[in-house]
Amino acid sequence: MKALILVGGYGTRLRPLTLTKPKPLVEFCNKPMVLHQIEALAEVGVTHVILAVSYLSDMLQREMEVEAKRLGIKITISQETEPLGTAGPLALARDHLQVENEPFFVLNSDVICEFPFNDMIKFHKEHNCEGTIVFLLAGPLALARDHLQVENEPFFVLNSDVICEFPFNDMIKFHKEHNCEGTIVVTKVDEPSKYGVVVYEQNTGKIDRFVEKPREYVSNKINAGLYIFNPAILNRIELRPTSIEKEIFPAMASDKQLYAFELKGFWMDVGQPKDYLTGMGLYLNFARSSMPDRLSRDNGTVGNVLVDPTAKIGERCRIGPNVVIGPRVIIQDGVCLKNCTILADSLVKSHSWIANCIIGWRCNIGQWVRMENTSVLGLDVSVQDELFINGGIILPHKAISESVSEPKILI
Amino acid sequence: FYSFKIMLKAVILIGSPQKGTRFRPLSLEIPKPLFPIAGHPILYHLIESCAQLRELREILLIGCYQPNEALSRFIANAQQTFNISIRYLQEYASLGTGGGIYHFRDLIKSNVSDKDVFFVINGDICADLPLVEMLQFHRENVGDKGFTILGTEATEKQSTNYGCIAWDKESHEVKHYVEKPSTFVSTTINCGVYLFSKVIFQILSETYRNNQQIYNESLPIFHESSSTFTTYDTGFARENIRLEKDVLSKLGGTGQLYVFPMANRFWTAIKNPSSVIYANRHYLEIYRMYHPERLSKQSDSNGPTIIGDVFIHPTACVAPSAVLGPNVSIGQDVTIGYGVRVRESIILGSCVLQDHCCVLYSIIAWNSTIGPWSRVEGTPNDPDPNRQFSKIEKDSLFHDGKLHPSITVIGNNVSIPGEVVVLNAIVLPHKELGSSSKNQIIL
Repeated sequence: MKALILVGGYGTRLRPLTLTKPKPLVEFCNKPMVLHQIEALAEVGVTHVILAVSYLSDMLQREMEVEAKRLGIKITISQETEPLGTAGPLALARDHLQVENEPFFVLNSDVICEFPFNDMIKFHKEHNCEGTIVFLLAGPLALARDHLQVENEPFFVLNSDVICEFPFNDMIKFHKEHNCEGTIVVTKVDEPSKYGVVVYEQNTGKIDRFVEKPREYVSNKINAGLYIFNPAILNRIELRPTSIEKEIFPAMASDKQLYAFELKGFWMDVGQPKDYLTGMGLYLNFARSSMPDRLSRDNGTVGNVLVDPTAKIGERCRIGPNVVIGPRVIIQDGVCLKNCTILADSLVKSHSWIANCIIGWRCNIGQWVRMENTSVLGLDVSVQDELFINGGIILPHKAISESVSEPKILI
Repeated sequence: FYSFKIMLKAVILIGSPQKGTRFRPLSLEIPKPLFPIAGHPILYHLIESCAQLRELREILLIGCYQPNEALSRFIANAQQTFNISIRYLQEYASLGTGGGIYHFRDLIKSNVSDKDVFFVINGDICADLPLVEMLQFHRENVGDKGFTILGTEATEKQSTNYGCIAWDKESHEVKHYVEKPSTFVSTTINCGVYLFSKVIFQILSETYRNNQQIYNESLPIFHESSSTFTTYDTGFARENIRLEKDVLSKLGGTGQLYVFPMANRFWTAIKNPSSVIYANRHYLEIYRMYHPERLSKQSDSNGPTIIGDVFIHPTACVAPSAVLGPNVSIGQDVTIGYGVRVRESIILGSCVLQDHCCVLYSIIAWNSTIGPWSRVEGTPNDPDPNRQFSKIEKDSLFHDGKLHPSITVIGNNVSIPGEVVVLNAIVLPHKELGSSSKNQIIL
């Protein structure tokens, strides 16, 4: 089986972290984002993953070679020469995808979820259809056309910034039942006016229309960034920059070829810091029920806390709720951490208080430092003793010697 | 040449509850002169300066505070400590800086020979006062010619916030005196410390009569009841005399007023919390030079980490893991928990600083509690140390409708929960804070 992960661009929304690492390699809950997806794919028998990227990084190539070896799968990186929108990469990956004549998933690579690939495959087999999974990060569906349309089997498309409890099995079942070109997973949100909402028939799921950022309430269901398509969709996509959401979907809806599948469980687009932290909380909550042994039960932890075994935590600390501590991190005595991620090799000195922040790799946080309000530190940032960082976005290799009392970006 | 029968007196003007409003909420609890800086009340430091004068026998405190326990106890203790007679003379109303002196002239004059002088000191200054040198200057250079005023240098910009003194650098005669001018007059400013002879009472008497006349002429005519007159203009007593505006201004250029310029010693008027933190630092520095026993020393194992000058009251309980200093004063019965950090701050009696909290550039008044991992921080408004003769800038509380970043002041009996930040804020007494607060006055 194969999978296409569309990784896409520079990940600007997750800067300054993505200045140091390509977004798929930025750790989410102590695992590179894309590995949440690749591992789940490998677990259900995917043997070949194609990463469609719009800019190529050596780091990604190297990392993927290592992961391919470790997981015993093949990982190919397919590069767009120019940005092709959200549909183009599929066409670009055509050669890879069409060889075995199998259906495939397409996933958006920012999506993190439970990845129920096994259920999906089981379901898929029941319907006697082979499946390919594609993670759709940002790129063109059309490029992958050749890979996707050969077998004339439906395939998944996932939006790569999203985490949720991926209900692939149920999606396939639903998709087969309505027997139309596409299925879009939708999720309920509290504030629909911030998103493009999906209006559909409640009993059948048939999509009527899309409304971008509605001022007046029309629906609280939004596009969750997970799709299944029949290869017929590829005939709608030309090899040019195309937005699948703005151009392809409305056309499919008016042809009555698009259905909505309601997502149960958590969902979050983790492509920007605030949502990354919210998604972390959701993921840890999910981890508490699905893999409770991975969470820390040490003295001084509160709620769901994930600590790498190589990290060291001092005495009289209060860690949690919703904290992820990366490899080789050192937390000195008397530190309080809440709702934050501390990436690998960082040091947090005594009596500091950090809430709602992402601390990058190899950072050095002094004593009695207070950090809050979605501050994000890039690689190798040092913060002097006794400073207050309120919503500071700090680029790599900075030494901070003055408080940042109002949110700002430090270049 | 002077005889040994001299009875040197000092008068300290401690003001009234109406004064020191800029010092709120700290002045809501006790008279401003009793506010402790570097572990001792402002008044204590002034009396200690006076005690350097070996001939000094009596200090008269003139003010308009109701006699209260805090003041009485302070006076009793100070009399014992310094072996000087200290009396409190209460004005019936706030009489201004000169009105009180005139009102109590008989008590000031008694046992003072006609030739002799007495000090008058404003009660709201903190300084390394050179009273011995000033007296010597007066006796050698001024004598019967008149009075001496202590002057210090400010920058041109700051000078207009103070009484400005233009003087002859040779004779030290004050040529011109003007209180808070709108344009630049002189960088020499009035320190609020004077040496007067009895002649001052004649001048005050003339001023008094003059003011009476002006006052009466300004009154509306009522024929019915005379009692209306006394309540006509609240806050303005008939005997009100402003020493600076009414007296010193007239003395400029008459050959009666001379200035003793203070060399590069510390002086500040205590107007706002910024000047308190500044004075705290300088009094601690003076301790280091003259009373090192008052400062905490870094102990080998059991004590907290001490950085720079720190005063800790012997009854305070400080965890060994705490880090204090520089320029920190810790009051009576204060409890400081595990891993607490305090820098450039005053913590008053019975406060509790819970584990891991951090207090910077702040004043925490009596009996308040700071929760674990909380951060209380102010913004220093120190004079520029690189500019000679810099003083604390006059600061209005608000700037363009926003609270001007300054020292954070936590009133007494305030409870701040754990893990919050209180930044550049003023919290009035008896509040229980629920959450973080920045650039705010919390009523």
